[in-house]
Amino acid sequence: MAYDKFTVLRSSAVPMPIENVDTDQIIPARFLKATKREGFGDNLFRDWRYNSDNTPKQDFVLNNPIYSGKILVAGKNFGSGSSREHAAWAIYDYGFRCVVSSFFADIFKNNSLNIGILPVTVSPEFLDKIYTAIEKDPKTELEVNLPEQTITILATGEQESFDINGYKKHNMLNGFDDIDFLQDIKDGIKTFADTSLY
Amino acid sequence: MSNAPKALFDKVWDAHVVRKIEDGPDVLFIDRHFIHEVTSPVAFLGLENRGLNVLFPERTFATADHNTPTINQHLPVQDPLSANQLKALEQNSAKWGISHWGLGHQKNGIVHVVGPENGITLPGMTIVCGDSHTSTHGAFGAIAFGIGTSEVEMVLSSQCIMQPKAKKMRINVNGQLNKGVTPKDVILYIISQISASGATGYFVEYAGDVFRNMTMEGRMTVCNMSIEMGARGGMIAPDETTFAFIKGREKAPKGEAWEKALAYWKTLKTDEGVVFDLEYSYNAADIEPMITYGTNPGMGIGITKKIPTSSEVKDGKASYEKSLNYMGFHEGEEMIGKKVDYVFIGSCTNGRIEDFRAFASIVKGRKKADGVTAWIVPGSHVVEAQIREEGIYDILTEAGFQLRQPGCSACLAMNDDKIPAGKYAVSTSNRNFEGRQGPGARTLLASPLVAAAAAVTGKVTDPRELI
Repeated sequence: MAYDKFTVLRSSAVPMPIENVDTDQIIPARFLKATKREGFGDNLFRDWRYNSDNTPKQDFVLNNPIYSGKILVAGKNFGSGSSREHAAWAIYDYGFRCVVSSFFADIFKNNSLNIGILPVTVSPEFLDKIYTAIEKDPKTELEVNLPEQTITILATGEQESFDINGYKKHNMLNGFDDIDFLQDIKDGIKTFADTSLY
Repeated sequence: MSNAPKALFDKVWDAHVVRKIEDGPDVLFIDRHFIHEVTSPVAFLGLENRGLNVLFPERTFATADHNTPTINQHLPVQDPLSANQLKALEQNSAKWGISHWGLGHQKNGIVHVVGPENGITLPGMTIVCGDSHTSTHGAFGAIAFGIGTSEVEMVLSSQCIMQPKAKKMRINVNGQLNKGVTPKDVILYIISQISASGATGYFVEYAGDVFRNMTMEGRMTVCNMSIEMGARGGMIAPDETTFAFIKGREKAPKGEAWEKALAYWKTLKTDEGVVFDLEYSYNAADIEPMITYGTNPGMGIGITKKIPTSSEVKDGKASYEKSLNYMGFHEGEEMIGKKVDYVFIGSCTNGRIEDFRAFASIVKGRKKADGVTAWIVPGSHVVEAQIREEGIYDILTEAGFQLRQPGCSACLAMNDDKIPAGKYAVSTSNRNFEGRQGPGARTLLASPLVAAAAAVTGKVTDPRELI
């Protein structure tokens, strides 16, 4: 499924200064039973967001109306654990297009890039600066500029650059995905397969 | 060809690169692809939406495991959503001509148990599955790792994925393991040293006599949990133990093909002089039976140790306190003696015959503790049959335990095997995340021996006292 192009995103952000947020928190396994990619946002952070009687937990950040936006800012080792792409789908379906953290788990990062969520890795110091800015003004905006590979706290002008490989960057700027690419080189793959030992 | 020394990981990876993309990932050819009911339906839907075909159906193998019930498997699956996923797997497999071992099939079981069991997993292969514990297959000297559903679609449609090559880490453990210390303790110890994110961005090779002396079951337990320290995967160079395990299995090469394969497999080891990006070494003697006290697999300690204080850990204080709060534990407390409500033995980590032998070795002649609910879940029908043949079933039954049917079960609690909120479970599975085994469930990860000791005493107990 090719996705929306990502160029420059300006948005307020939702802070979640918790470390090691694993994919079972992002979407618990019992909500993985769909056969279509629909409605996963409703169960994003399900057990942190809702009580067992399905009433919202007031102290959870997604239930706090002062925070909103298309950017999620989270603690280090975000997305650890399972390979479930449902975690990235839930984040996307909820409305986030970018996750900022000082460290991402590997598979989650891959999954995000594959569906059009931009994972932005910043230094721990810059992450703290973002939290401070949001604390000061929950509506403060961040600018994530993919062509320039920069993230800026607009209120203070503080900026950091981030890494992304050229291939993935090109894909995200154009809304292409790996499946498109692989279809284009299928003949080469078939030739390779002919020499396979297994 | 350069004569520079090469690591096992490089040998296998480089042999599968179809194309290198400048400032981008490698296009990696995948030899074997496992699929299950949870992470494949959307991939098949994607194929349909794009009008694509499955390129090499004979390279993909389907088994139902994640949300299957572990009792009364002959009856229709009650949960309509689970039943729907199982049906989708069956229909998609039939449509594309993919081998399918569904619920009730004699070869059915957990994907990472049945792959090796049937000789599908072989040294030198690239193996992927929409499941992070695919790292298990690295025990055979394969490059094996978990992928997302978009990548499942890639493999179905092109037999390739696109990933940058990981950095290389080697973890050496040498010496003699102490009494009561199992492969599970070795890997929990390593993760406790490296942390739940310490190997992120790396592919790990496990080396040293501890792994050389391990059975294939033990090596699978170790490689299985590579992902729990963030590693892309983990692998162990194949040796005589590996070859003996594979020989004669249904899908293993036979005759001349076997000889040819064997000659190649013997080259699959890290050459002298290879420098790894990161290397750790540990002494086997320092490892004791392990148990976790927190909400990620890095939060483990020797069973006789005390829960660390927040000043002793690397994670932030707030996250650490949140974790202990969830568990209902306090800094500085002992783990020994803590009440246990549930015991789960099974999963792709510890659901093989050797694990049930270990469990039975402690249970034999004892009784299940009152107040403990135990779920004993074999990794496959083959394991279940072995449990019966070897008399383990009788030992379990006499001690008051019930044997269930194969599946992922309480490891991720997608089926009815959920630990109730607030209850403590000693579990031989791989993750102690909040709510992993059911909303509010509190998981203590441990070996089959520690699980058995808890099952017969009703509390966290040092298994060495019962051996």
